[in-house]
Amino acid sequence: MRTHPAPMTLAPASPFAPTFAPTFAPTAARSGDSTPAESPVSPTDRLARAWAALEAVPDPEIPVVSIRDLGILRDVVLADDGQTIEAIITPTYSGCPAMSQIEEDAGRALEAAGLAPWRVRTVLAPAWTTDWITEAGRASLHAFGIAPPGQCASPATHGGNVQPLHFVPRQPQSPAIACPRCGSVHTQELSRFASTACKALYRCLDCREPFDYFKPY
Amino acid sequence: MTQTNVADGVALARLPLAQTAPLQYVLRLADNALILGQRNAEWCGHGPVLEEDIALANISLDLIGQARLLYSHAGALEGRLTGRVRHEDDYAYWRSEPEFRNWTLQELPHHGPLAGTARADRDYAVTLMRNFLYSALMAELWPALALSTDAELAAIAAKSAKEVRYHLHHAADWVVRLGDGTDASHARMQRALDHLLPYMNECFADDAVEQQVAAQGVGVLTSGLREAWEATVAATLDDATLQRPAPSAFVSTGKHGVHSEHMSYLLAELQGLARAHPGAQW
Repeated sequence: MRTHPAPMTLAPASPFAPTFAPTFAPTAARSGDSTPAESPVSPTDRLARAWAALEAVPDPEIPVVSIRDLGILRDVVLADDGQTIEAIITPTYSGCPAMSQIEEDAGRALEAAGLAPWRVRTVLAPAWTTDWITEAGRASLHAFGIAPPGQCASPATHGGNVQPLHFVPRQPQSPAIACPRCGSVHTQELSRFASTACKALYRCLDCREPFDYFKPY
Repeated sequence: MTQTNVADGVALARLPLAQTAPLQYVLRLADNALILGQRNAEWCGHGPVLEEDIALANISLDLIGQARLLYSHAGALEGRLTGRVRHEDDYAYWRSEPEFRNWTLQELPHHGPLAGTARADRDYAVTLMRNFLYSALMAELWPALALSTDAELAAIAAKSAKEVRYHLHHAADWVVRLGDGTDASHARMQRALDHLLPYMNECFADDAVEQQVAAQGVGVLTSGLREAWEATVAATLDDATLQRPAPSAFVSTGKHGVHSEHMSYLLAELQGLARAHPGAQW
């Protein structure tokens, strides 16, 4: 578990970083060293405001979708002390380089909303799956030119999910992926790995445009 | 930054295996992921084609991500034994060669046994064959570890299981494409297989640490996964028209800290910056 804000010297400014910065400073009140007097608002209110603040946080890599829509934001709860707002997030891929940025962005959103004390906690289980991406998130991805992921074949996400593997089909047998630009399913995988670990590179054989496909995970 | 603490090492060595085996086991998994991630990252900016350059960098990202989670978990496990929690960076940057416990397979350079060490000598066939052999095993091991009695290890394994499926698919695809390709590509894939397959013996040679963690329900004996691994390998090699070399009695010793001559060079590159500028941030 990490308590935020993170050191501000670490992260180079992302062009997609949300602009919560004006009200935020490294020395500002934070979880642990703040002195939360009795909150003037009820815990339910604070949680609702925390949800609203966090739902507006975009993914740093794909800024058209929020961390809520991607299923990265798992929950917002009140910690055992009855005061601290706890935002629970989960990484997409183990090596996702956006994770520390997401933690920091979530913290800034809570700070900017005046919700101290807060903390951002990362959990690994159950493992994130693309099945958690909301319908709104899928629509945003599509509009942005990224083909949204198909359903995960995997029956369980709670560990121990053994999926039958089909090795090396001579002809690609994956389901047809629709081009997000022209809708044609006459498409071809160029590379299983694309601009980020979570996407594959495709091209449309009708409109001839390349596009990213968000891989089922 | 806390560097290697000799007293902690001595204290650990005095503890019974039943207590230290989970830590040793998690560190082996972490070292496997880190060292292969480092090796494959050598292709970043030098891949044979752009798509493969990106693929290898992405696979390394997954592997190093897995290593980070595993090292953090190891740090917590060690803290329970010594009272001193260690940071992921302590393991990656401040341990010496014999303290790394990865399979020797992971550290081998991207070329056959007799090639030079220059960048131009790298052979992508070796890269792909190693990724294939390793991923085919981890595609069995990670799902099994997702049922570990160690909840944190199980959580990491459940994520890694999803990732290794893509790694395996990528590598197997190329093993077939190049094995069943031109005479030149076939010959290179065959040489890579002949070179690397004997190093897999180490993965299946269960030792006291693995037997201990298996008995505790924390780990899994890889020997029990061999049949499933063999099936994957046989099917892919058959598709790739590659011939399996005769079985070898050679068993490498990386997981016991006795490495090949290539390991120190890899570590020099991996650890050089952190050691020249302790505590550096960027």
